[in-house]
Amino acid sequence: MSEPTVPTAAGLPAPELPAEREGAATRARPRALRGAAGRNLGLVVALVAICVVGVVTGGERFASVDNLLTILRLASILGVLSIGMTFVITAGGIDLSVGSVLGLASVWASTLATQAIAEDFHWIVMVATALLVGTGAGLVNGVLVAYGRVVPFIATLAMMAAARGLAEMIANRRTQVVNVRGFLDFFRGDLIGIPMLIWIFAVVAVVGWVLLNRTTYGRRTVAVGGNAEAARLAGINVRRHVMSLYALAGLTAGIGGVMMLGRTTAGSSTNGTLYELDAIAAVVVGGTLLIGGRGTIVGTVFGVLIFTTLTNVFTQNNLSISAQAVAKGVIIVVAVLLQQRIAERSRAVAT
Amino acid sequence: MSALPRRRWLLAVGSLAVGALAIAGCTSNTPEPSTPTDAGDSTDGGGLIGGNDEPGDTVTIGFSAPAADHGWMGAITKAALAEADSFSDVELVQAEATNDVNLQISQIEQFINDGVDAIVLLPFDGAALTEVALEAMRAGIVVVNVDREFDDPNAARATILGDNYGMGVSAGRYICERLAGKADAKVAEIAGIDSLPLTQDRSQGFADALGECGIEVANRVAADFTVQGGETAAANLLQAAPQLDAIWNHDDDQGVGVLAAIEAAGRDEFFMVGGAGSANVMRSIQADDTVLEATVIYPSTQAADGIRLARLLVQDKALSDLVEVEVPRKIQLYAPVVTKDNVEQYLPTAFES
Repeated sequence: MSEPTVPTAAGLPAPELPAEREGAATRARPRALRGAAGRNLGLVVALVAICVVGVVTGGERFASVDNLLTILRLASILGVLSIGMTFVITAGGIDLSVGSVLGLASVWASTLATQAIAEDFHWIVMVATALLVGTGAGLVNGVLVAYGRVVPFIATLAMMAAARGLAEMIANRRTQVVNVRGFLDFFRGDLIGIPMLIWIFAVVAVVGWVLLNRTTYGRRTVAVGGNAEAARLAGINVRRHVMSLYALAGLTAGIGGVMMLGRTTAGSSTNGTLYELDAIAAVVVGGTLLIGGRGTIVGTVFGVLIFTTLTNVFTQNNLSISAQAVAKGVIIVVAVLLQQRIAERSRAVAT
Repeated sequence: MSALPRRRWLLAVGSLAVGALAIAGCTSNTPEPSTPTDAGDSTDGGGLIGGNDEPGDTVTIGFSAPAADHGWMGAITKAALAEADSFSDVELVQAEATNDVNLQISQIEQFINDGVDAIVLLPFDGAALTEVALEAMRAGIVVVNVDREFDDPNAARATILGDNYGMGVSAGRYICERLAGKADAKVAEIAGIDSLPLTQDRSQGFADALGECGIEVANRVAADFTVQGGETAAANLLQAAPQLDAIWNHDDDQGVGVLAAIEAAGRDEFFMVGGAGSANVMRSIQADDTVLEATVIYPSTQAADGIRLARLLVQDKALSDLVEVEVPRKIQLYAPVVTKDNVEQYLPTAFES
């Protein structure tokens, strides 16, 4: 509603709080920009390297439009979760429950009752259910963390267990097949040749970018993550803000649940198992600081694309299952080291 | 100034490398050469000579299965790879094993993009993979569905699956026979992953068969097909039930943990029936030195048979032992009970867990 009254909070160039803190005010902006570009350059190099390997080993098979769409469809659900996760981590928190909440949302939105109402009324009911369930679970996390003073790791760990259990209870541990034609037609359909899931990912990413980089909400998120006490003194209602961040992460989990329903045509309590870890990995590889205070949506999108492209290249090359897992671990470390190195260098050049 | 930290670095990296080498030396899991009971090897032995096994046009088969997080699933993949290897005209493309349906769908999409001739698919969740299998069929690819059935019969050209309900029935009938005439017999059940339809089918079959002789399942717990899960579930069960007459455990791999818990509790007033049919368990049945006295087979060679069916389908061949000229749409395998008396017969195709 209103700009923060104390100028320090309002004047922060959004995701670059630490950079600004160290530097002289006059040089802060160009240095910050170069830092961001440098960090993303590392990711681009990593992604290009994976693509080069893909093209060299797979040729036409890798570099086809069909394969590109396959990669993006796979990336879309994890991508949406990771956008929400970026906000939570930027503010210095963590959300381990997004995978379970995704499963719960997908189950709740595909119960016979929900589907019956959707048949009578409109399939939007299923979407609304999933989003409400996701946001609700996120709000519970948020209240526990912000007002109950429970450590985020524990609060969301509890939600991770509880949401999965609730999903099993609702689904009675069975797979619920979606038969609402309109829902399936919409979410499995295309818009100008590009699958709907990819559109949703794109829209969420753009909205997330604007929210983090161009709004007071985003600046407050960075400020809370950088130094919650300073943010509070600057007039930010830190508790309410933190609560809203977990609700936001829950909302993206709800969107992920809808997308999962569209992709698999089935709600199951096992949907989204371990997605929280994939999302955290993508966010951190993307350059968002795990301790908070710096967040980048573009980096997160790159992080997600690196992981999914990697998976794609592995499948293409018919690598043994266990070798794939080992390689994945190595590449995570290499990507992070590479990205840190380049970020450091660009910072050194700037000074 | 930087000399010291650098030397420390070198030292650290060096000792890490030495440590890694030492650890790497300990990772060998090759067993002492003994009886060849590997599921993969043994399947070739039974193959027909000539006829269908004559090399034909090269067939590219895409194979995707859930993560090998328990022995049976590991054996499924191993047997499939070995089977593909045994044919000079089969080229197998294997996708990363995963329990994430989202990823498994994208693997099938990749197979479709690559234009493989056939896909052998053991879906993590049959319902979730149905649409993409339909897509593959529409693209003219032969889809062979293994173990967990699709929602739509049109999503696969051929389906090969075990008999989960039958497994429960076999276990139930065996326990009925053993406990014949015993009043108030207490029977417990340790199920696998409860969210899978296959577990529900097994439990249904078990309950139905026990019902025929008037026994009800007194205690039922669910584990997750892992040794660790089996141990936890069994330990709790034994606490809850101070006296039992029989236990049916759905899966031999989690059975390792179940037996550990039984041993820890020092209980032996009951007998136990296993499930799936691992080589370990069969050897133990042969030795007859634990409460485990029988197991019900759930064939771990289904995917290997799936590879064979896919090859026949693409090469337009028939199942030579049938009069019918086309490969059948559906093959359901039998779930026999293995006891001390017939264990010799089944040990060669048992899987090592």
